[in-house]
Amino acid sequence: MELILGHYNYWLVIIIMMTGFYTVISRGNLIKKIVGLNIFQVSVFLLYISIGNVKDGAAPILEEGVSIYSNPLPHVLILTAIVVGVATTALGLALVVRIKEAYGTIEEEDIHKQDQSL
Amino acid sequence: MIESHLSLFIVVLPLLAAPVVAVLPGARLAWALSTLTSWIVFVFACWQLINVIAGGVVSYEMGGWAPPWGIEYRIDTANALVALIVTAIAAVTLPYALQSVISEIPEKQHSLFYAAFLLCLTGLLGITQTGDIFNLFVFLEISSLSSYALISLGKKRQALTAAYQYLIMGTIGATFFLIGVGLLYAMTGTLNMADLSQRLPALFEHRTIHTAFAFIMVGFALKLALFPLHLWLPNAYTYAPSVVTVFLAATATKVAVYVMLRIIFSVFGFSMIASTPTDELFLLLCVIGILMASFYAIYQKDSKRLLAYSSVAQIGYMMLGIGFGSMLGLTATLVHLFNHALMKGALFMAIGALVYRVSSSRLENFAGLGKQMPWTFAAIVIGGLSLIGVPGTAGFISKWYLVLAAIEKQNWFIVIVILLGSLLAVIYVWKLVEVMYFKCSSEQDQPASQATLVKEAPLMLLIPTWVLVLANIYFGFSTELTVGVAQQAVSSLIPGAHE
Repeated sequence: MELILGHYNYWLVIIIMMTGFYTVISRGNLIKKIVGLNIFQVSVFLLYISIGNVKDGAAPILEEGVSIYSNPLPHVLILTAIVVGVATTALGLALVVRIKEAYGTIEEEDIHKQDQSL
Repeated sequence: MIESHLSLFIVVLPLLAAPVVAVLPGARLAWALSTLTSWIVFVFACWQLINVIAGGVVSYEMGGWAPPWGIEYRIDTANALVALIVTAIAAVTLPYALQSVISEIPEKQHSLFYAAFLLCLTGLLGITQTGDIFNLFVFLEISSLSSYALISLGKKRQALTAAYQYLIMGTIGATFFLIGVGLLYAMTGTLNMADLSQRLPALFEHRTIHTAFAFIMVGFALKLALFPLHLWLPNAYTYAPSVVTVFLAATATKVAVYVMLRIIFSVFGFSMIASTPTDELFLLLCVIGILMASFYAIYQKDSKRLLAYSSVAQIGYMMLGIGFGSMLGLTATLVHLFNHALMKGALFMAIGALVYRVSSSRLENFAGLGKQMPWTFAAIVIGGLSLIGVPGTAGFISKWYLVLAAIEKQNWFIVIVILLGSLLAVIYVWKLVEVMYFKCSSEQDQPASQATLVKEAPLMLLIPTWVLVLANIYFGFSTELTVGVAQQAVSSLIPGAHE
């Protein structure tokens, strides 16, 4: 029980991560794949943020009478990773738009069929 | 002034040039500025390598913040060599780009194309320069995002799906790497590679470290297209514009191999991979990869796809050296990294020249071109010989060292696999040669109607191709730069090695 409750943040991360990863692999719809990719990335963001927390630590703002702070560095790192994630999503969606224009569908199977028939 | 900030300039110059190029009107101006930038960066990379060879490790503190708190650029012979490869290929590819891009990409996208190209260069150089593992992730994504965009510019619509497929696989790989980095940070509290290598040995027994190691390895195996994670590569190389294929084939996977070397040997230390089954796994995957990918290559009907599969096999050779983990093996890996960039660069450029003339990369359209485009054909023959590993070409040197490394380990099975791989290479290179030289251009009794139309490729395409072809021959005889520097690089990767 301790293993589950004491590390609940990690369990949450693992569940979200696998949900996203499974979506990427199993879905044939290109938009759904990108949604899955986003969920997958968000789980990593959560992992970083949760390891930055220090027990009983205050927000990392210099203040009198507070000596234990949470570690702000993972948060900063994740800001960067979020930007990267947004850029990836934007590029992925742009590609999906172009694919829709070129093939008239965003289902992986249909695209594959059209390529084979050529 | 320049010298003290040299390591920074190599990354920042293309980064600053990219937005300027993007807003420049007219393709020629954008091309001229990009080419100029790549040449300056190339000179800087040579300068940096000379400095490092003469004066040892260069540490550059970003913004004056001392490592391990600030981001450190840490240049030893290994990164300086890889940075040199990347800049050299960029400096040769960009002159080639002008005419090839005009024929393959719509006019109004030219400026943006060169901007994306420079960003990709920035990312790849950043990966080689940085000594900070999170910074490496950021540069990795800069190079990946721009290469997805570059691939999607291909003429056929399959280029879009190829880019999409690469985006999904690449992002999964990069995210795996990010997970690994997060776990390492959670255990050690540092992101600086040199600092990590000091703190990690004490924690080796910890399962979190093993997990982090596994995530990082799988993430980068995806990026460098190690068999069986190579599925994105053949499509991406086949449908990308010729210039992009040349550049990515010669640099992107090489940089990923370098990261693998850096992480395994500088961050974790070889004892980590020797205590886990990683090295045996690498050897196994490489052996299967070399044989399978070479077989696939033989059956391809598209010249670019044929060479793409051959690239997957060649990556197997590079990773073999890492799997051996010996001085000789690593030397072979680095030398092959260098030589493979030269030969694949030359071959894809020659194919690009053919595509420029017949606007198709399918083998059947190349029939008889050998006689009409003798210089391009000669480039393919010499590049192909180098790929096979015939003595007198660069490819021979790297195969030689790889076989030596295998013999040193008494691993006769791998020696046989390397030789078998070369035999398979003979077959697929022969396929190219046969189609071009021994097949008639038109089999339906239309003598020379289409054939006379095909002229030799323009000089702007031939000169860069031949620069790389001649480099293949030159480095087949003079091994001072390749092997000599590679050996020094290996001793900088493995600090305590004396063998």
